[in-house]
Amino acid sequence: MDAILLQILNGLDKGSAYALIALGLTLIFGTLGVVNFAHGALFMIGAFCAVTLQKLLNLSFVTLDETQKDFLGNPLKVETPFIEAWFGPEVGAMIIDWSVPLSILFAIPIMLLVGYVMERGLIKHFYKRPHADQILVTFGLAIVLQEIVKYFFGANPIQTPPPDVLSGSVDLGTMVGFDPNAIIYPIWRLVYFGFAVGIIGAVFSFLQFTTFGMVVRAGMADRETVGLLGINIDRRFTIMFGIAAGVAGLAGVMYGPLNPPNYHMGMDFLVLSFVVVVVGGMGSLPGAVLAGFLLGILESFASTTWATTTIPGINQIIIYLVAIIVLLTRPRGLMGRKGVMEE
Amino acid sequence: MTKKNVTRRGVLKSGAVAGTGLALPTIFTASSAAAFTNEPTGSSVTLGFNVPQTGPYADEGNDELLAQQLAVEHLNGEGDGGCLNTFSSKALQGNGILGKKVGFVTGDTQTKSDAARASAKSMIEKDGAIMINGGSSSGVAVAVQGLCQEAGVIFMAGLTHANDTTGKDKKANGFRHFFNAYMSGAALAPVLAAEMGKERRAYHLTADYNWGWTQEESIVASTEALGWETVNTVKTPLASTDFSSYIAPVLNSGADVLVLNHYGGNMVNSLTNAIQFGLLDKVANGKDFKIVVPLYSELMAAGAGENIKGVLGSMNWNWQLQDEGTKAFVKSFGEKYGKPPSNSAQTCYAQVLLYADACERAGTFNPCGVAEALEDFEFDGLGNGPTWYRGADHQCFKDVLVVRGNENPTNAYDTLEIVEITPRSQVEYDPEHPMFAGGELGKCNPGA
Repeated sequence: MDAILLQILNGLDKGSAYALIALGLTLIFGTLGVVNFAHGALFMIGAFCAVTLQKLLNLSFVTLDETQKDFLGNPLKVETPFIEAWFGPEVGAMIIDWSVPLSILFAIPIMLLVGYVMERGLIKHFYKRPHADQILVTFGLAIVLQEIVKYFFGANPIQTPPPDVLSGSVDLGTMVGFDPNAIIYPIWRLVYFGFAVGIIGAVFSFLQFTTFGMVVRAGMADRETVGLLGINIDRRFTIMFGIAAGVAGLAGVMYGPLNPPNYHMGMDFLVLSFVVVVVGGMGSLPGAVLAGFLLGILESFASTTWATTTIPGINQIIIYLVAIIVLLTRPRGLMGRKGVMEE
Repeated sequence: MTKKNVTRRGVLKSGAVAGTGLALPTIFTASSAAAFTNEPTGSSVTLGFNVPQTGPYADEGNDELLAQQLAVEHLNGEGDGGCLNTFSSKALQGNGILGKKVGFVTGDTQTKSDAARASAKSMIEKDGAIMINGGSSSGVAVAVQGLCQEAGVIFMAGLTHANDTTGKDKKANGFRHFFNAYMSGAALAPVLAAEMGKERRAYHLTADYNWGWTQEESIVASTEALGWETVNTVKTPLASTDFSSYIAPVLNSGADVLVLNHYGGNMVNSLTNAIQFGLLDKVANGKDFKIVVPLYSELMAAGAGENIKGVLGSMNWNWQLQDEGTKAFVKSFGEKYGKPPSNSAQTCYAQVLLYADACERAGTFNPCGVAEALEDFEFDGLGNGPTWYRGADHQCFKDVLVVRGNENPTNAYDTLEIVEITPRSQVEYDPEHPMFAGGELGKCNPGA
């Protein structure tokens, strides 16, 4: 029982990332009708916002320590972050320690701007082009973005650790009556799950309970009619592209402490996220979220020793296997709507 | 009407004469143009450096390339000479190789076997490269080694740790200076016994490809010989980015040691995940839980950050060694590039010098002469102390390092500390050892 609960937890935090990326993908597809293969790159840029802020906070001045030597036998260069000099060692160290949560504030304007520029500068020119053209141009854009990040940050992963107080693990099992060490779980993974639920809730509330959201939903249902009412739906959809980019970026910021960011991380998630969108149903926001968590949990169970010894290789194919089964039984996906991508 | 008698004997005779006549020019052309592939005819010789310039190991490839460029400088008499001053063989004079100035071309392996073969082929066929060096993957090394064997050029492998490179996939034209998975196990086992005891239960997470399998096999054999029990061996897909679902069951498995047979991004992520799950803070079977990473590299250690503190592993070489060869190389590299070299850089640097030295000693660029000069060559002064290039399988034998993640690093480069320098004799094995069985070295191919 404890092993099952542990894998459900693992699935939920994996599913959190899938759901957040798939949510953004679906928002873009549902509003603008664009199949955005650069969405994984937005997730990666978000993670590198955290890397960038961490580097900025660690900008240092150098003093020579004559008592220690570097690898060439010269006096050791000791680096002290400016922020520690300005605010004192304790406050400075605390600010650096909290660089990932602070990166949320840093990433929001950057991601909105990146999304706006991407949509106005490139993607709007492809609205009326076939989906194949959209896929090619956005995939090309993703490669360009990841190469730019690699140029500035290198190919090696870069650690963005969580604050000390949120690192380490917690014994969840003892809280619900299991033996000690039965269900040990990393604190940051719980934070990530909670964060994902919060973001998903905020996006749904925004669309459900605001006038702006209502117009966007109306536009998703019938763009022409909303346009005929004198509403500038294109402008709202552009803003939604920025919001989708923001969601992907924040998912990336918070994902960094789970696995160190590298320039390729967007591509690692991209194909899986598209499978999530298809399984959930093209254009369905609840479907994307549901499929994200569902596939995360199934992938987690497929990685257990029991599963891999029963069906060797199941851990590598489970998501695609589920996609095949779902599409055979429900061709529009779990919550897909009639008419979407069926012309 | 004229009648001609066509006999079988007559046809054979005519055919033999005609065939000889046609073949003669070809024979003369072949022997006069080139006795072997890409025989240098001008005043220069071209080496091919095939390293990952894109993809996940691009940083490691870049470090290799820096070392290879440094080696070329030293061969041509530029810079401070580096290890030419400490190398026990004094055949190299800093005037190129056999009097020819050394040039080089580069290829991008992308850490993909097909791309690596294509770039090596291009360097051999279009650029006239007479030797291929570099790489950061065993799959790539085996693929390129096979190509070089067919093409008739020497392959001086870069970072490749799988037993198979000089085991079942060994080739007469291929040579490996880097250590291998068996040596990691042989070096690590005594240190593990001393630090963790002989009654341990190990859980292996293994990257599901050739290198991971040989690494796991080697460590399992070495630790079980100590008396350790292997609780489970779990294969993880190479493309995995998150290992939480593989790590989570470890604590309840009855294991008290986790062995991560991972490299590169896999190692960084699996170790990070293991630390997140608090494994190193736990007590299992009445013992402190431990993690072992059998193969370390400086770049991966940097990627893993603070997570490697206290974690044991092994390395081919480390810049902190104090032998004269290491000091000379670190000084040259450090002064030129402002950082210490990685062990993949060192193996490439050493391989380029060893190839050049073998050419000088053999008095030829002919791959068969070079191979003969390298086989059973004993040398010193390139790092790791006295070293032997065994002729039977073209594997180098030298001291192996057991290292640990530094608890208190003073700068960005001393992330690892040397725990023990395992003597060469302890990591030697018979060429027919079961882990290296199968495959034949075959005969040297000069090509052309």
